[in-house]
Amino acid sequence: MKSQSPVIISVKNLLKQYEDFTAVKGISFEVYEGEIFGLLGPNGAGKTTTLEILETLRDKSGGEVTIDGLNLDKDQNGIKKIIGVQLQAAGYYPSLKLFELLDLFGGLYNVDIDKMKMLAKVGLEDKAKNKYKDLSGGQKQRFSLCTTLINNPRVIFLDEPTTGLDPQSRRNLWDLIRKIRDNGTTVVITTHYMDEAEELCDRVAVMEAGEFIAMDTPGNLIDKLVAGGFKRKKEVKQANLEDVFLDLTGREWRDQ
Amino acid sequence: MNGSKPYSQIRAMLAVTQASLRSIFRNPSTVAFSFALPVFFILVFGFIDKGTLSVSVGLAPKSDTTSAAYSIIKSIPVIKLVTDESAPQMREDLNRGKLGGILSLVKSSDTSRPALQVVFQKSKASAEGGAVAEMIITNAINSANLAAVPELKRAVEMRTEEVTDPAFKKIDFILPGMLGFSLLSMGVFGTAFVFLNLRNTLVIKRFFATPIHKAYIVLGEALSRVIFALMSSSLIIVLGYLAFGFTLQHGVFTFINMMVLSFVALFVFMGMGFIISGLAKTESAVPPLANMIVLPQLILGGTFFPVSSFPAWLQVISKALPLTYLNEAMRRTAFEGVGLFSVWTDILALMIWGVVVYLLATRLFKWE
Repeated sequence: MKSQSPVIISVKNLLKQYEDFTAVKGISFEVYEGEIFGLLGPNGAGKTTTLEILETLRDKSGGEVTIDGLNLDKDQNGIKKIIGVQLQAAGYYPSLKLFELLDLFGGLYNVDIDKMKMLAKVGLEDKAKNKYKDLSGGQKQRFSLCTTLINNPRVIFLDEPTTGLDPQSRRNLWDLIRKIRDNGTTVVITTHYMDEAEELCDRVAVMEAGEFIAMDTPGNLIDKLVAGGFKRKKEVKQANLEDVFLDLTGREWRDQ
Repeated sequence: MNGSKPYSQIRAMLAVTQASLRSIFRNPSTVAFSFALPVFFILVFGFIDKGTLSVSVGLAPKSDTTSAAYSIIKSIPVIKLVTDESAPQMREDLNRGKLGGILSLVKSSDTSRPALQVVFQKSKASAEGGAVAEMIITNAINSANLAAVPELKRAVEMRTEEVTDPAFKKIDFILPGMLGFSLLSMGVFGTAFVFLNLRNTLVIKRFFATPIHKAYIVLGEALSRVIFALMSSSLIIVLGYLAFGFTLQHGVFTFINMMVLSFVALFVFMGMGFIISGLAKTESAVPPLANMIVLPQLILGGTFFPVSSFPAWLQVISKALPLTYLNEAMRRTAFEGVGLFSVWTDILALMIWGVVVYLLATRLFKWE
């Protein structure tokens, strides 16, 4: 299945040490081309640090990282050209309009883009002339996702992409992410939301205090847990409250 | 994909410049400080300049108005005789500085003394006006005396000529000062705030994941600031020239020289802004630091008053400040029309400041 695909990200013994503590303690993993790979874990586990190292935003203390055949130490700029990045708490020049921001990123990546087509990918064509600061939270996240695609990247890194969004926006953002993957882009995502990880990810790695404590497909992990004798306290119904909510309020994009 | 053309840092930098410029134009406080405020000052000083010198002098009641001396005094346009107030009222006005002096002319019947006794009262409250009035009246009295004794042989003859060379108007002093003010505030405040903001709102962090080098991000932002500052400087000069007769001695050539000076000074001031953005941890820490750099220069740099009007010990401080040299060079370039070589000492002083500032800035400036 997915494990037949070539490896697009290879991380070996990744280490990140600060003066007083070690954030990442020599982890190793691989990401296959075309999969959605999830990094899960509690706050402070080291997920964002790991992600930022792969995104070339933070130096590592040790280990080797290869993305699409490019070595992080030798060809950092080459990596920057082929990745897209959505930061957890990012900003854009707030008084600029969306299509002006796309001009900016087009220039930063040295690409000529069809701005309306890019905005259409995330359903924001009619907001092209709006300023970034006038967007709602969900719209800002969608725009952020849009900017990750400007350079037609091989891999995109998403740091908690649906935090703070309402159920409609979350579902629709998931569809968007799946579409991006289906177009051939590999997705690495960190998230707090287990349902998101279960829905989206082909494989997940669970991090705790700088180390991996599990790495497998969600299905396998659940099977292992159940096989170990775990039983859910509540009876599992065929639907949950979120299904009720969505059924009542509809699944289209909800823009304030 | 995109591997055909080599990556152009310049193209990326210009994208940053364009975005930054758009941001600046939409920021009302930047526009206000860099352009509106200086223009406001120029308008104020431009209109003040239209006044002519005049001093009010009270004419004491019961003064004799038949003498030749009186006719001469009355005919002088600078002196405005006030005749409709009572003596106590005039005294009060004199002490408050509203009158430059009080004049009384009394015909004397004592043959041992001159026929007309003139008394001029003045007060410390209006020292300048009083002095001017006193001189003019003394002159008038002398003319009257001479006219009374025409056969008197004069030892000295004097005539006055009005020189018609270009005259230094108030605006020729104020406008360069306002330009300096605009460049200083734009350079210091503009740079300090922006980097702090961008650092805090993680706008620039996203750029780091793109192939642009950090240095080009700084250059891109700096370039947009330079463009904006030069645009607003040009506008100020053109406005001064067209509306107030600001002297551009050699027209376009002078204008270009002023632009070059603006650029050099802006470079130095922006460096100061970089230092502040490296030192300040929060947005509220910026104004006190920035004002510490801007206000002393504004007051002591010869923006509103000439440096020569300060006491000697203050002048020492003035001569250490970069704005002082900019103002001096601007005034000479504009009014005397000299080329940039003639003001090389001023430019050198600015450049020395530039080196010092950038050495400090590279040490202190932080990215995150």
